[in-house]
Amino acid sequence: MLTFEEKKEIEALLPNYPTRQAAGIDALVILQRHRGWISDETLGQAAEFLRMTPAELDSVATFYNLIFRKPVGRHVILVCDSVSCWVMGGDTILDYLKSHLGIGFGETTPDGRFTLLPHVCLGACDKAPVMMIDDDLHVELDPETSPDRIDQLLSLYP
Amino acid sequence: MERPLTHNIVPGKPPLSLAEYEKSGGYQAARKALTSMSPKEITEMVKASNLRGRGGAGFPTAQKWSFVPMGADAPQPKYLVVNADEMEPGAFKDRLLLEGDPHQLIEGVMISAFAIESEIAYIFLRKTYTLAARRILTAIAEAYEKGYLGKNIFGSGVNLSLHLHESAGRYICGEETALLNALEGKRAVPRNKPPFPPVVGLWGKPTVTNNVETICNIPHIIANGAAWFRALSRVPDGGTKIYGVSGKVQRPGAWELPLGTTIREIIEEHAGGMKEGLQLRAVLPGGASTDLLTADHLDVKMDFNSMQAADSRLGTGTMVAIDDRTCIVGLVLNIMRFFAQESCGWCTPCREGLPWAAKLLAAIEEGHGLPEDIERLELLTRLLSPGHTFCALAPGAMEPLQSALKYFEDDFHRHIKERRCPWK
Repeated sequence: MLTFEEKKEIEALLPNYPTRQAAGIDALVILQRHRGWISDETLGQAAEFLRMTPAELDSVATFYNLIFRKPVGRHVILVCDSVSCWVMGGDTILDYLKSHLGIGFGETTPDGRFTLLPHVCLGACDKAPVMMIDDDLHVELDPETSPDRIDQLLSLYP
Repeated sequence: MERPLTHNIVPGKPPLSLAEYEKSGGYQAARKALTSMSPKEITEMVKASNLRGRGGAGFPTAQKWSFVPMGADAPQPKYLVVNADEMEPGAFKDRLLLEGDPHQLIEGVMISAFAIESEIAYIFLRKTYTLAARRILTAIAEAYEKGYLGKNIFGSGVNLSLHLHESAGRYICGEETALLNALEGKRAVPRNKPPFPPVVGLWGKPTVTNNVETICNIPHIIANGAAWFRALSRVPDGGTKIYGVSGKVQRPGAWELPLGTTIREIIEEHAGGMKEGLQLRAVLPGGASTDLLTADHLDVKMDFNSMQAADSRLGTGTMVAIDDRTCIVGLVLNIMRFFAQESCGWCTPCREGLPWAAKLLAAIEEGHGLPEDIERLELLTRLLSPGHTFCALAPGAMEPLQSALKYFEDDFHRHIKERRCPWK
């Protein structure tokens, strides 16, 4: 069952569109915010609410990089792996995060704190290399000095 | 030098509130358009301004609008969509406008929607632009509060509702027809064309999709006239352009400059040239899907026609400056992996061809490429060229590859011969 709060948030967006189906992405994002990820059960509940089949909604859910169909940690780290960050030494940041957190891409730390995902260009190329943690953009991660800076940033996300 | 698009934007400062925006002359153009001009007059003025779309393709804006059926018999509702799904690697110009002056965008939407007699507009925003989302929502709320959105705006009888749609992260959504499927809540694969969206678009109704920077130009054209707008530019196409430079330059950033500013001026004067000890070797001029240029092209003007004459594209106008210590094969491999990942999978050449290209490039970069791999890559640039795929994604992916093979073929040979990346 969707909670009262979840329903209320989705219903608030329904008037923006002529069909319920169009609110599918919004609904998935809202449910993900409340529940962390989109389980099969959540997907089924959302589909029912939108009057779609689970398969129809899953074809949308699985299309997007930022709808999580597997559990993620409390915080999701998106590290840019696109061209400007790559030119600026972004691979060093990616490698450091992997070894520091002891996980590969798409994995979650055993304590459930961080999930590490490479992500397409975050649109802050003049401040490369960059990453996002949850909704926050962190820029100018100089590969030379990054370990301290990154440790400090990570400590802000308990 | 006039910079209409960014004159309200102060780096590090929050954007102007509605009241502050009005104080600086904001919403006067929308008032003028909605109360004293007809949709036809607006379109004519935009046509005379020679504004071409700033999303990458450079289609003349007024011409796109002119395909929309007009008058009492036209299908309703009609839709205006702002494409704010800025996901082209290397592009960061729309972020500046979205975060820096959201009321300018709303004013542009008001005028553009009226020009096609649309009463419903969407801003389609990429999910990771979280600060932009907050600022746009605040600005939209202010505009409704003031009566600049909603019913009977300025007492003109014109209505407009504007909604922010936050996407969930997929590059193909920036493709016009894929974006329409995304907004309808469907899997965001591109649609067949024709019919074209200005005639049959969102939910089968006439729909115009314009880029953020395009829309932000509209209020200034209406306020100051077409001749003024043309005079902003150094070439026949009108206006300023937000140019950007990333890569190992002294001062990476974005600047609003006359359309037709040369690559040299942008890199040397505005970005301060390359960092100490580095030489410029190549330029990825307008995002990941544009043909590379070289240090021999520095005097090419960054506008639609000049860039085309130089066998590249203006694209987004945000370039990556590539220094002599960066491996071109590695660069193209990075770009190819992006496109292979972001292919929607709908058509076979793109779904299968891009991973193949990435695999060949990885082999060469990692030192186990074969001489015939270069021919295979050349074959792929032909097999994935325009006309062979369902949309422009794969042809765009081929642009950096084909130009790398054209200008830097020796780099590929060296990798294969030395069985390693000579830049590592």
